[in-house]
Amino acid sequence: MSQLVDRRLSGKNRSAVNRQRFLRRFKGQIRKAVTEAVSGRKVADLERGEKISIPSKDLSEPIFHHGPGGRRNIVHPGNQEFVGGDRVDRPEAGAGSGGGKGSPDGEGMDEFVFELSKEEFMEFFFQDLALPDLVKKQLAAVPEVKRARAGFVSQGNPSNLHVVRSMKQAIGRRLTMASGPREALREAEEALEGLIAQGLGASPEADELREAIATLKARIAAVPFIDTWDLRYANRVDQPTPSSQAVMFCLLDVSGSMDENRKNIAKRFFMLLYLFLTKSYERIELVFIRHHTVASEVDEENFFSARESGGTVVSSALELMREIILDRYPSAAWNIYAAQASDGDNWEQDSLRCRELLTHSILPLVQYFAYVEIEAREPQSLWREYELVRASSPRFAMQRILGLEDIYPVFRELFSKKVT
Amino acid sequence: MEQLAPSPSPDPAVQRAPLSEGSEWTFELLDTYDREIGRVAAHFGLDTYPNQIEVITSEQMIDAYSSVGMPVGYHHWSYGKQFLSTQKSYKRGQMGLAYEIVINSSPCIAYLMEENTMTMQALVIAHAAYGHNSFFKGNYLFRTWTDAEGILDYLVFARNFIAECEQRHGEEAVENLLDSCHALMNYGVDRYKRPAKLSMAKEQARQTEREDYLQSQVNDLWRTLPPKEASEAEKKERRFPAEPQENLLYFIEKNAPRLEPWQREIVRIVRKIAQYFYPQRQTQVMNEGWATFWHYTLLNHLYEEGKLTDGFMLEFLQSHTNVVYQPPYYSRMYSGINPYALGFAMFTDLRRICEQPSEEDRRWFPELAGSDWVKSLDFAMRNFKDESFIAQYLSPRLIRELKLFAVVDDDQEEKLEIAAIHDDAGYRAVRQLLAEQYNLGNREPNIQVYDVNVYGDRSLTLRHYMHNRRPLGESTPEMLRHIARLWGYTVRIESVDQDGIVGMAGVCEV
Repeated sequence: MSQLVDRRLSGKNRSAVNRQRFLRRFKGQIRKAVTEAVSGRKVADLERGEKISIPSKDLSEPIFHHGPGGRRNIVHPGNQEFVGGDRVDRPEAGAGSGGGKGSPDGEGMDEFVFELSKEEFMEFFFQDLALPDLVKKQLAAVPEVKRARAGFVSQGNPSNLHVVRSMKQAIGRRLTMASGPREALREAEEALEGLIAQGLGASPEADELREAIATLKARIAAVPFIDTWDLRYANRVDQPTPSSQAVMFCLLDVSGSMDENRKNIAKRFFMLLYLFLTKSYERIELVFIRHHTVASEVDEENFFSARESGGTVVSSALELMREIILDRYPSAAWNIYAAQASDGDNWEQDSLRCRELLTHSILPLVQYFAYVEIEAREPQSLWREYELVRASSPRFAMQRILGLEDIYPVFRELFSKKVT
Repeated sequence: MEQLAPSPSPDPAVQRAPLSEGSEWTFELLDTYDREIGRVAAHFGLDTYPNQIEVITSEQMIDAYSSVGMPVGYHHWSYGKQFLSTQKSYKRGQMGLAYEIVINSSPCIAYLMEENTMTMQALVIAHAAYGHNSFFKGNYLFRTWTDAEGILDYLVFARNFIAECEQRHGEEAVENLLDSCHALMNYGVDRYKRPAKLSMAKEQARQTEREDYLQSQVNDLWRTLPPKEASEAEKKERRFPAEPQENLLYFIEKNAPRLEPWQREIVRIVRKIAQYFYPQRQTQVMNEGWATFWHYTLLNHLYEEGKLTDGFMLEFLQSHTNVVYQPPYYSRMYSGINPYALGFAMFTDLRRICEQPSEEDRRWFPELAGSDWVKSLDFAMRNFKDESFIAQYLSPRLIRELKLFAVVDDDQEEKLEIAAIHDDAGYRAVRQLLAEQYNLGNREPNIQVYDVNVYGDRSLTLRHYMHNRRPLGESTPEMLRHIARLWGYTVRIESVDQDGIVGMAGVCEV
């Protein structure tokens, strides 16, 4: 009468499409929540999901319903003290009695909270940064693997067919399969020759032998030249690309003119570089150097929170970076990347020194040095000096940025190198 | 008729031979339990559709929840939202996913969640596969409004059609249309007419035909050059529609001037689905009460036959008690009357009236007292909806037990008035007011299509007929925007109070 069906293995993720629809519809609100979440995260802590909350009223589905007012009759259970005809005060709103059922369409909560998966979170993060799709894909992908040869296997796809191996295999098989009949053939032929030598070439025995020889020859001929189990395919396995270590230097100007907004942009800039590095290197260390007139190495907390007043001497940071490299990160063992963010202010005489430091002692040691200037004003001396550096070195990239979407061009070369 | 005690008290003489001992379930055990429960259900005369019991994972259960019980649904963001919120409350442990999902189709599909114990599986089988199932098959509303054989096919047709529209006209256009239709779902119901049968083959065959026909009808209505200039008086005289129309979606489907044929079809799909769910909304108390009453009765019967262990019964009763708990109005947990509690109490009480009537019951229910309880309950299940069921069967004794009282909240009075309580003077009033509380016509604003300005700006006028001076809620402007999106021209809504005075309640200009 009843039918029992095991459905556990079928129809998983049936709601995936509806979930996508939901995310697309509320992308504005979600993006805002993602932006807030990013500000609260560490540079190296980008790739995980996030709890997102959206005001419930934004996603209500309206229906016609009664508003407050008019005359309503409500029946409640659990009477304790009332008798018919009593008049009682209206309960305070939210006391949970007498007043009614709350809003008809809402769930009684102001916020609709849900989890965004890691992939979805990254998608929203990338949207702000105006990354090209190819780069997005590359960043979101799992660590790269290299296909490496690994001997031969008996099963594979036609394009991997190894002809020489297959033919060798066939030769062996043909030899083995034909060896019995061949032996018998040789014996039969010898016997026949013997008979012929004895002059009995026309006897019935000789005829019998001739027949046997013909059968044996047919059997030998029937051994297939090549057969399916001769086929050999070149085997390839996924090998993780040789991973190595990298160190990333974050250089940030914390002088008075760097406000919260600029620091936020700088943070995205660092995050993006970090993300790029995680795809290429297994182990990444972060070094945070902040500077005004003097530079110091700090932890991430202090890196973004501190704000000092006074002038700016950029070379102090570069100097410190060079010392740290020489001290802790020998360039033979480490891939060194650096990202510098500043508003472009620098002490006039210092800019020349910066250029010299960069060209002579830092750029030869690093893989890539990216500089962003978060400022709308005319370029200052530092920018002009850096332009000279850019002209002389392919490892140096720089960009003036006003918003998040300007960040990506700084890395364009870095990414394009990776892509090709 | 054998005697069933309200709480388990097995006859020690009965041979104890439990179906199973532990809490683990297997497919063989499910089969055994289903057979046993089915046997007892047949013994009590429950008439059911064939059952299809599906074992699913918790994630699939959340899926099923979020598609409002439709086993095959079209795609829409609101189901995604539902999924996320169900998933969240399930993860937090705020909610068990045990009973509930059963699909009014033939075969009747009931879901069992894999992580439940054997006891819970048996409870769900009794509750859904026999309780709800027999209600779906027997109740007059379901017999009138739903076609259990056709629904799955129709849902498949609907999903394919909407997916095709998305490809042809873009996801956004379809989504906007669905949003507007969903908003009007409660007004997509014929309350009095009998609906036509649905079937996939017929639907598809008729769809193309309907498209052309509808379009030609609409064009005729909106003919820009009338053959003869009608006199002014005649124009005023002839109102369209001639009678106010309660089914807003139907009216829009047939008459909205600017909808494309595919849009009309989608309006129709939403309307059909609304119609399908309409009986469920009208029989919540009865349906849940009936299913709860039967899982309780069936499992107790099996226990008395010695087929269930004491451990099984303890777990079952604990779960059952949670389901039928009714917090009092002053409790923090109170959120209205629990339909399981009220329904279960009423059916149990009905049985008591049949079997052990008191003097009071004989006065109130002379035709019930002493009758065959199985027949009387069956009659009640078949021929009532929540409103009439309560008006007919809520007994004074149950009103006393639940300590029901009625409050009048009138915005013209300074204080609330206790209109009636559980005493001799109040029984009838409480019963009447509670029944009205389940009248969908009172719960939702009564809104009808009143007039279309056929010769002028094509604007649509709706009328809200006020009940007890209750005004429309704050969602009205948004609702008008949705209706205007479907109608294509200006939409107005007027409120008519009890004295027949008409006031403007909102406009959405297009």
